Amino acid sequence: MALSRLTSRSNIITRPFSAAFSRLLSTDTTPITIETSLPFTAHLCDPPSRSVESSSQELLDFFRTMALMRRMEIAADSLYKAKLIRGFCHLYDGQEAVAIGMEAAITKKDAIITAYRDHCIFLGRGGSLYEIFSELMGRQAGCSKGKGGSMHFYKKESSFYGGHGIVGAQVPLGCGIAFAQKYNKEEAVTFALYGDGAANQGQLFEALNISALWDLPAILVCENNHYGMGTAEWRASKSSSYYKRGDYVPGLKVDGMDAFAVKQACKFAKQHALEKGPIILEMDTYRYHGHSMSDPGSTYRTRDEISGVRQERDPIERIKKLVLSHDLATEKELKDMEKEIRKEVDDAIAKAKDCPMPEPSELFTNVYVKGYGTESFGPDRKEVKASLP
Amino acid sequence: MSSIIHGAGAATTTLSTFNSIDSKILVAPSRTNLSVRSQRYIVAGSDASKKKNFVSGLRVRHSQKLIPNAVATKEADTSASTGHELLLFEALQEGLEEEMDRDPHVCVMGEDVGHYGGSYKVTKGLADKFGDLRVLDTPICENAFTGMGIGAAMTGLRPVIEGMNMGFLLLAFNQISNNCGMLHYTSGGQFTIPVVIRGPGGVGRQLGAEHSQRLESYFQSIPGIQMVACSTPYNAKGLMKAAIRSENPVILFEHVLLYNLKEKIPDEDYICNLEEAEMVRPGEHITILTYSRMRYHVMQAAKTLVNKGYDPEVIDIRSLKPFDLHTIGNSVKKTHRVLIVEECMRTGGIGASLTAAINENFHDYLDSPVMCLSSQDVPTPYAGTLEEWTVVQPAQIVTAVEQLCQ
Repeated sequence: MALSRLTSRSNIITRPFSAAFSRLLSTDTTPITIETSLPFTAHLCDPPSRSVESSSQELLDFFRTMALMRRMEIAADSLYKAKLIRGFCHLYDGQEAVAIGMEAAITKKDAIITAYRDHCIFLGRGGSLYEIFSELMGRQAGCSKGKGGSMHFYKKESSFYGGHGIVGAQVPLGCGIAFAQKYNKEEAVTFALYGDGAANQGQLFEALNISALWDLPAILVCENNHYGMGTAEWRASKSSSYYKRGDYVPGLKVDGMDAFAVKQACKFAKQHALEKGPIILEMDTYRYHGHSMSDPGSTYRTRDEISGVRQERDPIERIKKLVLSHDLATEKELKDMEKEIRKEVDDAIAKAKDCPMPEPSELFTNVYVKGYGTESFGPDRKEVKASLP
Repeated sequence: MSSIIHGAGAATTTLSTFNSIDSKILVAPSRTNLSVRSQRYIVAGSDASKKKNFVSGLRVRHSQKLIPNAVATKEADTSASTGHELLLFEALQEGLEEEMDRDPHVCVMGEDVGHYGGSYKVTKGLADKFGDLRVLDTPICENAFTGMGIGAAMTGLRPVIEGMNMGFLLLAFNQISNNCGMLHYTSGGQFTIPVVIRGPGGVGRQLGAEHSQRLESYFQSIPGIQMVACSTPYNAKGLMKAAIRSENPVILFEHVLLYNLKEKIPDEDYICNLEEAEMVRPGEHITILTYSRMRYHVMQAAKTLVNKGYDPEVIDIRSLKPFDLHTIGNSVKKTHRVLIVEECMRTGGIGASLTAAINENFHDYLDSPVMCLSSQDVPTPYAGTLEEWTVVQPAQIVTAVEQLCQ
């Protein structure tokens, strides 16, 4: 059935055994076809179709994971205000559809590399809430042992390459990962995510040139949330059609608040990258929070704009409407799910708060890989020795 | 041994340089800085340890043997072993080729490294042998291709990134500092970056300010990287191989003027320790620490110093980060005087850090303050005479040693 997002929610007549009924449906993988809300805009390629194959399980999974992401970011907000998270904290709420849609279209062999707004992508790649909150609070059990922080989440087993603080520097890294994938003849692709602010970095175009020249399976994804910290995109870029910026590289503009559009686009891009080389995806998305926790987010945009987007285009609301209109769950069940999620997040935070800080000796570990035996001692070292193998 | 191409400055050699296989007896003309002496002959044969024929008046502290050349001769070279002679850039190429043969993950990327063969011929012939995917000609975008090398290294490849001139790597400083050096730490040890960044640097022959940069001082603070500087064909090949095999990011500094040094190196597979300093000439009076091209200026000065009666201990520190304080410390404990001769700028150079390290660790053993001779804090001028004066010359080294040894 093709359903438009704007169809009104159908009234769910509460049936007896409705709970059992929807639980049956939730493990059901009967295909559902969903139409994306907006068509794709393409540059130098044929856009994919608007009908996306999905299933009821996937729909509920989407809802659950996105609600988890949203809840996690809100919790991180409170933790930051409680001064348990320090430094920089860049929150992803509003942009969850990009992380979810991308994850649904690819495997763990495909690599993702992103900038500093990486909490939700890390979660999507298989990170646990405990790892995330421990790392944010600088504890031992964090994914980077507490030494990375908010901007440095990595998960090697799931091919998640981070987590980078310097704007735009992750794009050449991503093209390098794509190069390695081609070198090793793996049939995998790399998604290098960057923002509309980073789209003006020179190294991006350098990396794109090399990727196109060497036919690397690199997909550059511009998460266009329309603001580069405090600067609106029309004040920073002469051309805000980021998907066309590749010039000779094909591009696709996607509604980034629609998880299914993202999924379709990523699937399409993966196929394109494996066969023909790099492609640019522009995800039209929005962030509710400011750039980071030190930015209120309202000095350069109006509150009406933020609440307007929240009402019209919120990705979780969209999925919720779809779930309800396909009778996959009742309102109450979804509310219960959200309560469960809230409890899960609170439990993870409590557990992370109990986790100890890293040992002082951790200060000096992982600076070098112990290959040729460099030893260094603590701050009161008397004589530094280079031990020879 | 290695022949030196340098002729400026007031200090001239009293012994002409000769090939180690040369068995002719050399007679040195009595010139210049052998002050009051006249008609003095210094005779040396190829078997240096045996012959010791010299006229009295020349004070030589070492009673065991006259050292005919100031560079330490490895015993292996005087034996009848097979070794082969080659130039420094060929040694680098050999090392690179052997490592690429040994490990299929090693690849080279840089400007004109492939079809052109490398601007200093270090990668000559490799593209034909290994193909375009392993020897990659990149466009001119240092920032991006250094980043790509680092990204590839995160997945397990071992790229050797060549900067056509070290100075160009300033464009890639962000990638080298933030990503190369720090990713192992900020990922909690998940990713290793086994990358080698190499290229020629240093003051050449009137190349101008921007092409005569010495980047070791800029990179030395970056945590997580190792820096080595090669100076002879032997250690060039050894360090190249060790750097490629190392799991840490290594920056290998070569020098534009040293590429044509000729030396005989062993046939067998060998690597040099990345963190070890090389004892060039053992001595008793003063420790002279140096690296890269300045090693040859020091050795030139050492010949003069030997004739004046001093016995300098010359150490090529090779490892610029971390310093081999073990070898250096042992030397300081023996001689009690240190002179550092480097090509870096005075401000914030390698010598400055080394001075601090020696003062902190070996303060009790020093009889005089550590002296550091470095290049002047100016952009390198084009004019030949001015350029000579930006770098440390052997005469200045001799003066400094005389000053320190009073």
